[in-house]
Amino acid sequence: MNPNEQSREKLLHYIDMVSFAVDDVLLYLDTHPCDQDALAYFNDYSRMRNDALEEYARLYGPLTVDTATGCSRSWEWINQPWPWQEGGCY
Amino acid sequence: MWRYEKRLQHPVKITQTNPQMAQVIISQFGGPDGELAASMRYLSQRYTMPYKEVAGVLTDIGTEELAHMEMISAIVYQLTRNLSIEEIKASGFDKYYVDHTLGLWPQAAGGVPFSAEVFQSKGDPVTDLFEDMAAEQKARTTYDNILRLIKDPEIVEPIRFLREREIVHFQRFGESLRIVQEHLDSKNFYAINPAFDNMNCCK
Repeated sequence: MNPNEQSREKLLHYIDMVSFAVDDVLLYLDTHPCDQDALAYFNDYSRMRNDALEEYARLYGPLTVDTATGCSRSWEWINQPWPWQEGGCY
Repeated sequence: MWRYEKRLQHPVKITQTNPQMAQVIISQFGGPDGELAASMRYLSQRYTMPYKEVAGVLTDIGTEELAHMEMISAIVYQLTRNLSIEEIKASGFDKYYVDHTLGLWPQAAGGVPFSAEVFQSKGDPVTDLFEDMAAEQKARTTYDNILRLIKDPEIVEPIRFLREREIVHFQRFGESLRIVQEHLDSKNFYAINPAFDNMNCCK
């Protein structure tokens, strides 16, 4: 695996981790909307996630339509591998 | 509305095909306690749910179930990609192949097509939440059954992740039921259907 692919996978793994923290605390907040610790946790991880999604789009291409606004001359959204293609290495 | 995110909620990287296991795991795509049914159940139930916390739970778990459906579909896809005709015949995958080739189609392991009859949207918050809690346990049991059938660690790992989410969702639906009951008459939770009777009392 080339170094670029290695660092891409590392960043994607980080995005998976912080996104999962958001997914999980989101459900908790729905039933505990006034829990201050959970709110702070959500804010922290949500910011880490959004920053990482921007970074990923800049380095490797967009994972979300909202981060697909680069200066590339072609439509990068379809150039990224689809996620069922073995984590994107196919 | 929804927006697609171009990654799986949890990675699926299976290097060895196994069409026999694909035919079992596909039940969590289109089977009676699968992820498609789960998502459609919660997303259908939320419109008449009178309490904002519970409408949030139904929306957000219903959305997560779509991501789980995508993981199951990725597992089935990776277990069946590039199969040869010999492998298809030897594994018993021929009965699926004849109608769908290697395409994904929602069915139960026994070949029964996906049906909305496997879930309910009853329009009664207590009834719907009991259904939802049962649904999470049924899905957890199905994953337990799958885990007894498979040994390949590349398949086991994402299945274990999905199994754990069923338990978390069960917990959130339990809290949702408690929130609903707090709005009701503690001497008789069933005196009214808060999604239908006395509509103005529960806002």
